[in-house]
Amino acid sequence: MIPSDLRYTKEHEWIRVAGDEATVGITQHAADQLGDIVFVELPEPGHRLEQFATFGVVESVKAVSDLFAPVSGEVLEGNAGLNAMPEVVNSDPYGAGWMLRMRLSDPGEVEQLLDAAAYEALTAEG
Amino acid sequence: MSQTVPPAGGSRATPLLSRHVALGARMIDFGGWQMPVQYTSILAEHRAVRERAGLFDLSHMGELFVEGPDAGAALAGALVTNPPSLEVGRAHYSMICAPDGGVIDDLIVYRLADDRFLVVANASNAPVVSDALAERIDASRSVLDDRSLATALVAVQGPAARGILGPLTDVSLAALRYYAIAEGTVAGIPALVARTGYTGEDGFEVFVDGGAAGELWDILMAAGAPAGLVPVGLGARDTLRLEAGMPLYGNELDRSTTPFEAGLGRVVKLARAGDFVGRDALARAAAAGPRRLLVGLIVRGRGIARHGYPVWAGDRRTGTVTSGTQSPTLGLPIAMAYVAPGDAVAGTMLDVEIRDARAVAEVVPLPFYTRAR
Repeated sequence: MIPSDLRYTKEHEWIRVAGDEATVGITQHAADQLGDIVFVELPEPGHRLEQFATFGVVESVKAVSDLFAPVSGEVLEGNAGLNAMPEVVNSDPYGAGWMLRMRLSDPGEVEQLLDAAAYEALTAEG
Repeated sequence: MSQTVPPAGGSRATPLLSRHVALGARMIDFGGWQMPVQYTSILAEHRAVRERAGLFDLSHMGELFVEGPDAGAALAGALVTNPPSLEVGRAHYSMICAPDGGVIDDLIVYRLADDRFLVVANASNAPVVSDALAERIDASRSVLDDRSLATALVAVQGPAARGILGPLTDVSLAALRYYAIAEGTVAGIPALVARTGYTGEDGFEVFVDGGAAGELWDILMAAGAPAGLVPVGLGARDTLRLEAGMPLYGNELDRSTTPFEAGLGRVVKLARAGDFVGRDALARAAAAGPRRLLVGLIVRGRGIARHGYPVWAGDRRTGTVTSGTQSPTLGLPIAMAYVAPGDAVAGTMLDVEIRDARAVAEVVPLPFYTRAR
């Protein structure tokens, strides 16, 4: 199930926006495709993010993949829980497997992201 | 998130492809073959082999039979080892080298009879090895029968492997030593059963005609299920062999690497009589000493070392990572790397360049994992 209250990038990140703050992670589809996630590298609080630029790395046993910022803004917090338990990205990608909390610099950018129906169509293409 | 999934089309299929697809495997191209990289999870498959048993389709490997009154002598001239020294029913690890000493492939050589040997080559190198062997034995009274496409290879690996395979075969597994092979049947199917593997566990490799592979696979899956056997893909095969400190051709071994650099000098039998391809160059390399050495690394800093990452000793570039992953058994990032000989001593602290940062890594003895016996 793809949560209907989130917005998505074509690179398989999700964002949950509340006012000018947001939480970011990767989708279940992405986590499934990567396989067992064993390492997540995230930026420090205060780091400036630019929309669609890389902000970190997620690694499975086999593969290294870049993470892309859904919107521009400032990092408030990385999910420190992923240091010890990166596997929760596989088991709970929309919940405990979140990656960043951030402050948006341009909330209008959210309109450039996919809604759940568009993201579902993207993943159905394979 | 960016995804790069290589296409599986345009390459060869093993006789077990439909089984892999039915099991929901993720398929990749490996060495020109469509192979399963994982069925469920690399970590789960890895642990199954360490704790219970795993079933592998290795039908992509090359099976080269060399037969004739001069078969042993011809192989002795073609490889760095001395196959005539093998007793019938025994095997050894070997390599085929170029005249300049570079490694063309690493091999297992089995002696099936006085005048009959089986050489198993890596899938991606099998055509090159087949051609080189055919050329090198051409003048002898022996012939090469490349049965790579007609032969299927299925491996049962893990502590439960013997208990699963034993009741199905007329080969006495208790009498079959490590690196031994016997002819017999498995579930009534004519087979060669070898006690060899690439996982660091006890286990067996079963060679059968391709046409019987599906039946053999189904019987082994059913027989192993109560013991917790699961199918295992190439993803876990790679993490298992890396923990066991075993080289992978293309990573630790290639044409620009000598066996001495890879820590495999003991395989090269320079003391024996007779010439073999690469002997002069390998003798010079042995006398000169290696320019670099293969080491094990455990990353003590943050990050996972991967193939191709630079290795530093302070400000001096000392080498390059050849293989690296998060070890499922140790729960630590492990790697193999070539470094300068002076940096190869266990306990030496080096740095691995991981993206824009450096992570401290400790040189450790190989292998990372040895099974309890």
